[in-house]
Amino acid sequence: MSVNISIKNAVKKYGNLTVISGLSLDIREGEFFTLLGPSGCGKTTLLRMIAGFNSIEGGDFYFGKDRINDKDPAKRNIGMVFQNYAIFPNMTVRDNVAFGLKNRKIPKDEINIEVEKFLHLMQIYEYKDRMPENLSGGQQQRVALARALVIKPDVLLMDEPLSNLDAKLRVEMRSAIKEIQNKIGITTVYVTHDQEEAMAVSDRIAVMNEGVIQHIGTPKDLYQRPANLFVATFIGHTNILDGDVFSEDGKTYLRIEGSFILEMDNILSDYRSENSVKVSVRPEEFIIQKDGEKGLEAVVDDCVFLGLNTHYFAHLDSGKKVEIVMESEIDSTIPKGTKISLGVKKHKINVFNQEGSKNIVSGVRNDLGE
Amino acid sequence: MKKQVISDGRVKPKKDIWTVVSIAVLCLFGLFMIYPLAMLLKNAVVNQENKFTLEHFFKFFSKSYYFGTIANSFKVSLSATILALLLGIPLAYFFNMYEIKGAKALQVIIILSSMSAPFIGAYSWILLLGRNGLITNLVKNLTGIKLPNIYGFGGIMLVLCLQLYPLVFLYVSGALKNLDSTLLEASENMGCSGAKRFFKLVIPLCMPTIIAASLMVFMRAFADFGTPLFIGEGYRTFPVEIYNSFMSETGGDTHFACAVAIIGIVITTVIFLFQRYVNGKYKFTMNALHPIKSKKIHGIKSVLVHAFCYLVVFIAYAPQMYVIYTSFKNTSGKLFTSGYSLKSYTDAFSKLQNAIPNTFLIGGSALIMIIILSVLIAYLVVRRSNGINKTIDVLSMIPYVIPGAVVGISLVIAFNKKPMVLVGTATIMIIALIIRRCSYTIRSSVATLQQIPISIEEAAISLGCSKMKAFFKVTIPMMSNGIISGALLSWIAIITELSSGVILYNYRTTTLTIQIYTYVSRGNYGIAAAMATILTVMTVVTLIIFMVFSKDKKITF
Repeated sequence: MSVNISIKNAVKKYGNLTVISGLSLDIREGEFFTLLGPSGCGKTTLLRMIAGFNSIEGGDFYFGKDRINDKDPAKRNIGMVFQNYAIFPNMTVRDNVAFGLKNRKIPKDEINIEVEKFLHLMQIYEYKDRMPENLSGGQQQRVALARALVIKPDVLLMDEPLSNLDAKLRVEMRSAIKEIQNKIGITTVYVTHDQEEAMAVSDRIAVMNEGVIQHIGTPKDLYQRPANLFVATFIGHTNILDGDVFSEDGKTYLRIEGSFILEMDNILSDYRSENSVKVSVRPEEFIIQKDGEKGLEAVVDDCVFLGLNTHYFAHLDSGKKVEIVMESEIDSTIPKGTKISLGVKKHKINVFNQEGSKNIVSGVRNDLGE
Repeated sequence: MKKQVISDGRVKPKKDIWTVVSIAVLCLFGLFMIYPLAMLLKNAVVNQENKFTLEHFFKFFSKSYYFGTIANSFKVSLSATILALLLGIPLAYFFNMYEIKGAKALQVIIILSSMSAPFIGAYSWILLLGRNGLITNLVKNLTGIKLPNIYGFGGIMLVLCLQLYPLVFLYVSGALKNLDSTLLEASENMGCSGAKRFFKLVIPLCMPTIIAASLMVFMRAFADFGTPLFIGEGYRTFPVEIYNSFMSETGGDTHFACAVAIIGIVITTVIFLFQRYVNGKYKFTMNALHPIKSKKIHGIKSVLVHAFCYLVVFIAYAPQMYVIYTSFKNTSGKLFTSGYSLKSYTDAFSKLQNAIPNTFLIGGSALIMIIILSVLIAYLVVRRSNGINKTIDVLSMIPYVIPGAVVGISLVIAFNKKPMVLVGTATIMIIALIIRRCSYTIRSSVATLQQIPISIEEAAISLGCSKMKAFFKVTIPMMSNGIISGALLSWIAIITELSSGVILYNYRTTTLTIQIYTYVSRGNYGIAAAMATILTVMTVVTLIIFMVFSKDKKITF
């Protein structure tokens, strides 16, 4: 049976060093939830607190209505997949998968049925009598997953499970993981530092930095309306430009890099006269203006043709470097040294206060709550 | 160098069965190691009337008769170390750089020559170069020249160097295996090759290892007791002095012997600490992505290299082969006569009485205790790091610095009166062996456990195992390789142990090595040779088992 997880004011200290202070989080029943952040942001620490391997210095952890702070890790009914798989090297694939069931003192024939079912489900039935050292990384990963799921856990925890695989296998395995999770419908907490992987598998993502959750939302929310500058730069690529917001005749305008002025209709009312803001323009949100339309003046430095898209690297008058992505056209690309004028897709760009701590464009959805 | 200690944030283990284990292990160390050493110290600083005095130390340092033994020990150990380096380093270099024909077999022999009891080496050199030795007589008969005396400084140095060069060989080979061949290529590319490259690049890169190996060799040579006892004659070294002042037939002076033992411990401790310091300071990590591939060599170079390798290995092992050979010779009384027979063996077996069962019984019990202790200590040190267990870790290294004779003396002093009278029992022999030889297995178990990621245990726990069950069902099976290979090395060291046993044994608890020692000292060479051959066979069998079990075939000391 799947449960929801709720964490209230979690505190984690390493000696005198507080790495997580007062973190709260709600994970819904049956959802695929990802903790995403750069290394050292506390995501694995948090996962291990849920698993019971790290001590909890403060706050409450609930599985459903059950407070688990002091529950023995062996009794939390968790399935866990480790970064290095942690397959028992002295047991066959089948014994690895059966290990958890044997500890639960389930009758033998029942164990056999369950083990075979999961071996089939993870497509490793043909390797059932092999020793782990004779398996590839991807196969070991499947064993680890089967072993974690066969005990019918309330929660599945995965700590960077794909980081030891090569790029192609990683893509393959992440669809396999997503598919299994959909099929079984188990509440899953997944830890990764790879934002593309997070986007590909998750229902919702919590972006963490320095022990603090920055933004919780769907992949689409995070990409299109990031809650702050950190999320904007961590999820996908973006160009950060300086700007200011001013109002005239009841209309709100955004001036980018002191020269290019746009009328904006989605700036939050409290922020309609900011002297200094940060503007996040993703490479695909630039438009290269035709026919001398007004825009940001720039000079093309380099151009990379990647098939579907063409990337331009350019610098503005202020010397700031920007990246622009255009859908590749059949006619020739713009040569180096060409002066261009850049417009932006103004309904897509995001504007942050000077500190970068808040997105001042409307439409931000953040489940973190304020 | 100060390390910042940050806890790893793991759940602090509760007080459970492991806490009891910690305390039990600590008590054992306290009772059988610290208490005897404390008694040793106490006896060293009191006189017959039990009053505090430093007279024994004054006596030692004021008389060159005693003090000279330290100088002698230093001289002979230093020369043996230098010679061992001169043999071991080129040998390791040739083995790794060039294709040597029969390299595998040679390597096994090199390891074997380091594994036999040093005093057997001494005894076999006496058979060859002694007053009535094979070569001495041969040369005398052929040319009339009397060869220089093997007894004394030269003999001790020869035996110790041939006994200990394999350590240098194994250490330096290990370092060379971590040397990336691109480094050699880069150096060649910049015009530095051959001998120049060996001295300018290879030696400096291996320097930390060479220093570690030399200190190790020095320490072993310094603490060795059997070799100088047999071949030293008038040349008195320090460990023999400890033994003599304790066991002297004219009523040994226990207090003086204790003082000498304390001086011995201080010296070996200083060397040990110096080694650790050097190790920590000059260690740099090398990791070879492209290990050196041994090259084919031709012509005169090939002949010279092969000649060197074979000659060294042959000289080091030939005396032992000769012992085996003599064990099959006919004897009459104590003398060898012409012709061959198994007479020595039948005599040996009739005289051995319970020495072989004792070797297995005493050695076996010691080994089992060592294995249990090692596994428990490894777990405590690696997985349960706290104050008590850090203390245990440090205590487990003390045996490295106590010479065997000192272990023997301190146990006799501690357990020869009520409430615990152990002197003369098999128990005290077992305890001595455990103290002497547990370090190998503890170190290899700790190293193995450190390589097993803790997530394996966590996986077992998250699948519903208790901590204890996870340890026994998952961790121990994974450690078994490391434990077994460590235990086999301990076993070889146990069956060849002499120095502590010779102080502690009585007629009921004699072991094979003690019997060999007895018969060699009585001049009964035929029987001694047969017994030594039995011991060699036991060592070889153990080594073969070790080779099968140990995956990387690496021998650590």
